[in-house]
Amino acid sequence: MASPIPILEGLRPRLASLGALEPGPRPDDLTVRLGRAGDLPAAAAELGAAGLALATLAATDDEATADHDLKVRYVFEPASGPSPLPDVFVTLLVSLDPGRPELPSISAQVPAASWHEREARDLFGIAFAGHPDPRPLVVHDGWPKGLHPLRKGFDASQRPPVEPAEEFPHLLVEGEGVFEVPVGPIHAGIIEPGHFRFSTVGESVLNLEPRLFYTHRGLEKRIEGLAVDDGFYVAERICGVCSVSHALGFCEASEQIAGVEVPRRARFLRTIALELERLYNHVGDIGNLSAGASYHYGTSAGLRMKEALQQLGEALAGNRFLRGLVAPGGVRLDLTAGLARAIEAAADATGEALESLLERIENNPTVTDRLDTTGVLPLEDAIALGVTGVAARASGVDRDARRDHPHAAYASERLAVTVATETDGDVHARMDVRAVEARESMRLLRVLVGSLPPGPLHAAMPAALPPWRVGLSSIESPRGAAIHWLRSDAAGRIDRYHLRSASYANWPAVPVAAQSAIVPDFPLVNKSFELCYSCTDR
Amino acid sequence: MLTALLRSLRTGVVTIRYPDEPAAIPERFRGPPRPRPGAAFDALPPAEVCPSGAISGGTGSPRYAIDLARCIRCGRCAEGEAGAGVELGREVELAARDRTRLVATVERGADGRVVALPPPPPPAEVAERVRRTLGRSLHLRHLDSGSCNACDWELTALLNPVYDVRRLGVDFVASPRHADGVIVTGPVTRNLEVAVRRTWEAVPEPRVVIAVGACATSGGIVGRGYASAGGVGEVLPVDVFIPGCPPRPEAIIYGILLAAGRVRERGA
Repeated sequence: MASPIPILEGLRPRLASLGALEPGPRPDDLTVRLGRAGDLPAAAAELGAAGLALATLAATDDEATADHDLKVRYVFEPASGPSPLPDVFVTLLVSLDPGRPELPSISAQVPAASWHEREARDLFGIAFAGHPDPRPLVVHDGWPKGLHPLRKGFDASQRPPVEPAEEFPHLLVEGEGVFEVPVGPIHAGIIEPGHFRFSTVGESVLNLEPRLFYTHRGLEKRIEGLAVDDGFYVAERICGVCSVSHALGFCEASEQIAGVEVPRRARFLRTIALELERLYNHVGDIGNLSAGASYHYGTSAGLRMKEALQQLGEALAGNRFLRGLVAPGGVRLDLTAGLARAIEAAADATGEALESLLERIENNPTVTDRLDTTGVLPLEDAIALGVTGVAARASGVDRDARRDHPHAAYASERLAVTVATETDGDVHARMDVRAVEARESMRLLRVLVGSLPPGPLHAAMPAALPPWRVGLSSIESPRGAAIHWLRSDAAGRIDRYHLRSASYANWPAVPVAAQSAIVPDFPLVNKSFELCYSCTDR
Repeated sequence: MLTALLRSLRTGVVTIRYPDEPAAIPERFRGPPRPRPGAAFDALPPAEVCPSGAISGGTGSPRYAIDLARCIRCGRCAEGEAGAGVELGREVELAARDRTRLVATVERGADGRVVALPPPPPPAEVAERVRRTLGRSLHLRHLDSGSCNACDWELTALLNPVYDVRRLGVDFVASPRHADGVIVTGPVTRNLEVAVRRTWEAVPEPRVVIAVGACATSGGIVGRGYASAGGVGEVLPVDVFIPGCPPRPEAIIYGILLAAGRVRERGA
């Protein structure tokens, strides 16, 4: 099939010698079935040279199917070049012997693959030869060896015993005057759980090692075997403050599989919900940054803006986290004239309050001194680690899934998003990107409400999906691109669902940024990334 | 500095007066679902309608129940034709000290209509020892046992100028050693079980345990599985259950005041 996308045309001849090329999962996408697992590093190198970066990794257990194998898919997307980047994904597919699933790790050449490979090792039992950090990631101390929850033979309801275990081997920094500061998993504030191991000399952070996945709830196993309509409620509850984004990503992937066209009005309403979610997160985050800099007026001002927007969300969706608006096939609730006015009024009020707060922050040297040059994430690290969203754009990465993988109603010309970037990569830059994006969200909300097309709220979804099809979507959540990979089973139910949240992509960047910080600044650095643990751990 | 002060004065008081005044509930709010008394019993929505497994009984059984602790407030059971037999309540003061009080049970009357069964009476007043030692003020250690963060953010909202729970003598403290109890969100994941127990053990006695949200009160949408214990009650002795997905801030305030023995439980 001829493709109009130049980046793929250049790649085809180079990849053809390594495997069979076919379109998919979406019509313009490319999948390469590698003949040998050993060719994976070479194929990944070709994609890297063409400016593609790893988006996600989706493994499946197909032992019970005719293929009788385990499959690993490394999904890449264009990451550099003139914007907008082409809306395309390239999948490298490797088939593995279920008795001895092993392939070469690409984490040394593609650092963004590191967590993905460790996760697939824990949950599927796949060995990634030569992985630079072979420690467990998702399963913690005491998990029985040889048990892999996402293998189809693993009974989801079992509760394996906790086996005696040695202490987790944290990376130790040795030398005179080096102290270890362990923090968490239970933190001092109202924060999600994670463990941070700081190695410090005086106040300077030499090394920070986060250990996450404390909130791993087994949600990807939980959703297997469910009909799309039932699985939706699990996806909507993976993360509180990303509820709309993840609900929508799941829906768009399932609608792709079903071949369902979502009505225009529904797409506009979904976009309203997405932008409201972004706005309440961004203004709340600017408030939380003030908390990190001990500027309590700013904390209260930010929390108040967020509260007003969450109350608006409840008026619109019946839930303060906007749950219940998005549904497979469309939306469940319409916009009334009163709600439209309320959204416009909220945009006005938030705009005024935000500008007032920003002016106070920028004119307050005790705050800006804390924000400037703190927690720098260099551009080359942001690219190598596959960082996304606010954190990437603040370091100069010009990417936004709303423009590069248009979803909801963003393909509409009037909703073309102006992507905000900064270059300093510090806490201040991340705050500035949020401020510009919050203004853009308010502009988009006014346009959406003012030009809401008439028409139905949803299209009929089939009770069962067409069998063995894959859906792939990328949604710009408040924290960056969240990538949803979904496959139907023989009965049209969910065979496998995998979410790579923006937080998952961004966590490995936090230790890099922390290296330019002192211990007391770490909360500020952490808040400037504002990553969720729940949608990382799932 | 002066302009910030002037702006604050111009803004005035934004704090709500709950619990002295009732919570303001928007029209579209989806509250607790209950079978409608007088509705056709055999037409109640089947158990499969509920994505979190909160519905039990019906289809041959003379009883039918909706577990409001397990319910995630999606409103699906009140949709469509069968949904006519279910009404969504508008109350937020649902917290209970006895988990079984959160199960809305009905039976099939002689005429095939729904007859509501009253919940069991609330337990006697809060233990005298707890009240004598802890008094009217509660300082709580938040404990995330694997939540989706929605309940966590609602606890944060309690500290914003609109809810400001400190006006009620309630606060969240940094160390379990400084706490009168724990307020727990999430179903207790396998990876957090040890930390949850140890945090609770570090709280001096007498101590209270408050479970917030569907996951903490019952396992919620997560349920019980290889990575989840299926609710805080499986691991710690829970004093107050606050249902919701997530519960509204006023619902959490009510539950905290209930734990301190400062409000009377509904039906008491």
